[in-house]
Amino acid sequence: MVAREPARPLGRRRVLQAGAALGAVGAAQITSPFIVKALGEEPVKLGLVDPLTGVYSVLATSEVEGARLAVEQINKKGGVMGRELQLLVEDSANDVGTGVQKIRKLIDQDHVTVTYGDVNSGIAYAISQVAAEKGVLHIVPGGHTDPITGKDCSWNVFRICNTTAMDANAISSLLIKKFGKRWYFITPDYAYGQTLQAAFIKNLEAVGGTYVAELLPLATSDFSASLIKAKAFKPNVLLNNMGGLAQIDCMKQFIEFGMAKDMALGGALYEIESVLAVPREAQAGWWDMEWWWDQPGVPHVKEFVDAIVARTKKPASARHWFGYVGVNAAALAIEKAKSLKAIDLAHALAGMELPPEVALQPGKVYFRTEDHELMPNVFTGEVHPPPAGDPYNIFKVAELVPAEKADPLASTGCHMKFPS
Amino acid sequence: MRPGGDTTAALRGAAERRWAVLAGIWVVLIAAPFWLPLVHGYTSLGSRILVLGLAAMSVNFLIGFTGVVSFGHAAYFGLGVYGAGMMLRYVTASTPLALVAGILLGGGAGVVVGAMICRSRGIYFAMITIAFEQIFYYIAYKWDSVTGGYDGLRGFQRAPIHFGLFTLDIKHSDLAFYYFVLVVFAIVAGVMGFLLRSPFGRTLLAIRENERRARFLGIAVDLHIWLSFSISAFCIGAAGALYAMVNNFSDPSSLYFDLSGDLVIMAVMGGIRSFWGPLLGAAIFEVLQDYISSRTVNWLFFIGLVFVIVVMFFPRGLLGMFQRRRAA
Amino acid sequence: MLQLVLFNLFNGLIIGAFYVLLALGLSMILNLSNVINFAHGNFLALGGYLAYVLIPYIGFWPSLLIAPLLTGVVGLIIEQTMIRRIYGRDPIYSLLLTFGLAFMIQDACRYIWGVNGLPLATPPSISRPLSTEFFFLTGYRVFVVGIVIVAVAALFMFLRFTRMGMRIRAGVFDLETVSALGINVKLLRSLNFAGGIFLAGLAGVLAGGQIGLNPNMGDSLLLPSFIAIIVGGMGSLVGTLLGGLLIGVAAAITTVFFASASDTVIYVIMALVLLLRPRGLLGEEGIL
Repeated sequence: MVAREPARPLGRRRVLQAGAALGAVGAAQITSPFIVKALGEEPVKLGLVDPLTGVYSVLATSEVEGARLAVEQINKKGGVMGRELQLLVEDSANDVGTGVQKIRKLIDQDHVTVTYGDVNSGIAYAISQVAAEKGVLHIVPGGHTDPITGKDCSWNVFRICNTTAMDANAISSLLIKKFGKRWYFITPDYAYGQTLQAAFIKNLEAVGGTYVAELLPLATSDFSASLIKAKAFKPNVLLNNMGGLAQIDCMKQFIEFGMAKDMALGGALYEIESVLAVPREAQAGWWDMEWWWDQPGVPHVKEFVDAIVARTKKPASARHWFGYVGVNAAALAIEKAKSLKAIDLAHALAGMELPPEVALQPGKVYFRTEDHELMPNVFTGEVHPPPAGDPYNIFKVAELVPAEKADPLASTGCHMKFPS
Repeated sequence: MRPGGDTTAALRGAAERRWAVLAGIWVVLIAAPFWLPLVHGYTSLGSRILVLGLAAMSVNFLIGFTGVVSFGHAAYFGLGVYGAGMMLRYVTASTPLALVAGILLGGGAGVVVGAMICRSRGIYFAMITIAFEQIFYYIAYKWDSVTGGYDGLRGFQRAPIHFGLFTLDIKHSDLAFYYFVLVVFAIVAGVMGFLLRSPFGRTLLAIRENERRARFLGIAVDLHIWLSFSISAFCIGAAGALYAMVNNFSDPSSLYFDLSGDLVIMAVMGGIRSFWGPLLGAAIFEVLQDYISSRTVNWLFFIGLVFVIVVMFFPRGLLGMFQRRRAA
Repeated sequence: MLQLVLFNLFNGLIIGAFYVLLALGLSMILNLSNVINFAHGNFLALGGYLAYVLIPYIGFWPSLLIAPLLTGVVGLIIEQTMIRRIYGRDPIYSLLLTFGLAFMIQDACRYIWGVNGLPLATPPSISRPLSTEFFFLTGYRVFVVGIVIVAVAALFMFLRFTRMGMRIRAGVFDLETVSALGINVKLLRSLNFAGGIFLAGLAGVLAGGQIGLNPNMGDSLLLPSFIAIIVGGMGSLVGTLLGGLLIGVAAAITTVFFASASDTVIYVIMALVLLLRPRGLLGEEGIL
């Protein structure tokens, strides 16, 4: 079942506690400017903007937790260049205007060295542009829209999560081999969904497959009409490309209609946060994980997973890893460049290979110099219901596809230019 | 002393007080970049508040001074955003032209839609404005190749303004940009204030107070509502154009129903019977969100609580309360 | 193709049934109290969550009644402490108040029960498709439609044949006269409000069983329900019924031909209806 904090029947007390905590924080905030800093240097500040409220809030919260863990670990080892790391988190509320305002606040008021965000790729787009204007290093932990490191790439912007092309290419051949060449797409109607679907279709057409593609509004919650169409088409695979709550709703209705016996499930992302929120019957299909926690024998992975589980009472997810890598990459770049200037940090990060305790997977994981995209492995495999007593075990890895194989450089469209 | 002298003196007193209040407001606004950091604010938050305040004042031109509620004004705000964005992105990097494009696109759409809906009243009027708003939203969302779709239109920046002798660098200086926004704000707010004091504005008030009586007096009510709607759309179009420059980005959420709701809320919170109320409402709304949301993910609860408190204890909005006390 | 359209026609009626349930409650409150209840969708979510808490103790069937009743009680308390203070004021203040309440209830649900959605366990006996050919007619969906029909019939009978119901209907037309006749208008409004919230809670339990619970679950239903009222025409519950079914079907049929417009089509319908018939299909004078 879902690993979640137990339901609390009495909410009032918690609300009052939150109110009291808010008051205390507020008071501290008002008084803090008058306290003279006792220790020599200011901490090095990192600023993360993520949709802590709204449909992506579960994913955003995971990224924040991963980042917080990294900050704690680094500070325990003495910080960066002898200075403490400090993480400031702001809520974009899943709104572009708010996200832009928050990133400005972090840069102008808090003078952060590195900015991060956002799960929503539209906001990621907008705030990476603000960071570029302000000349601040920006890392996108989990916004997937391709042009961020594609045709709109920028010297100061790096990305950790995969491009849609990587995710689609990694799983396509498996789906074709396993189930067949007749596909039905349910895809969110915006850049992320469209590019992802286009990548899938390219692979499918290359082997002469057929498909029907349904583009739906992002916030769709009733999928019955689309599922009726899907059933009529009789596909081998239903590719559910929706994200967040929409994907979960679609899965539930798929099960409700008893369609699991008619067609297989599959597609690019089915994040562990979502898998744990659907009925057992919907915990199925062949998918990508952008990082997976169960890697026996790979050094350092178990320590990370245990630390996350201890903190959050939830399984370590790709989103935790994104946040964790984001902070560590910044710290590594600062140590390597011995500087806090964005341009030095960008040069240090470009081409940097992550050490095993950060990469947390086999093989060479590095930021590609040409487009600043991280090159990890895509974990492809099968989602299944957890066996008794092992609630987080919902995925069996079939293959590790190196990202550079899934998305070769020639196709990204990026022409990286550094300021002279 | 001639009879009526008392009244004249009282009127003069009231006028003086009004000038004093007005002067006070402008001093606060002009000095904002200097006192904002002292209270943990920052200049770009000031710009954002001015822009949303102007938008809320435009909405209130209809709600507070004409007596019809639009729930779809984000449409004309958003069209202003896209008008300015597309001018900067596709045509020329000129801030004045972007401003004009935003005003014309937002206002033009307002003129057309207003003509279609000016016979509706009450909640039907409110709902039909939502309907048109969602249709504009859909166009912005769907017309990828021009608007950038859901991910929004990017790749443009506000451009420095050249005045021949000198250049106002609003592109790199947040301070310069704040004053640019303030000047546009002053002009648009001035136009609205002037119109409300004119016979036209008095006619709108007559419609607000009693539409049937206004009609009996021979006032072309539908025509006036159409004009008021159009003026309000032009003004909010200007606010939208500024918003595009605040963000250097246009996206469909600036056309969405949620924003319309927020703008109405700002107006009601500040006081719909007061010209400056919506600006105060916008300031409180934005500062609250900015401040609380940095401290707790449960900020929505506290914002909701503030709304409830305002309704319970400030029955006419924050400024409305103030005004009534002064009048009494 | 014809089969696809027919399937979606039925499916649209099922979706429309949800709109109807929510819209009837909204409409009752709007008609008698001139309050536009923007927190209605959040009362829906609250009803679903209350059922989630109750089901482990008392099972699904009792929860289906008890959870909406509790929601109605919460509604009554809020009406007594807050809403009633704004009766008689410009309806725009009801907007600010109910917006605030909506934020508070939504965030409280989020805080207590988490963001990621919870499943609401429905009895297995009704959770399977009835036949392989009409697979979208799951037992649960048929059951939902049945409950909606019963609830709507009960509401109409109540309004037509009971003394209280007739007073409410009279109050919709002329509250002053009803008050002058010595009827306790305050009580009438309170009960009417609680009744409307009860229907929202009921819709919440039913929707929770179908798509699960999350704090924002009412958001996507609220605006279509308003539209159902407007398209049908204010003041007419029959109009609301018609409006809800009409937009449900329209959205479903649109999905067949042009899926990405499925949530916009209802606004187009509203615009067209209001341009041609400014008071909606069966409507009366508007308020606000």
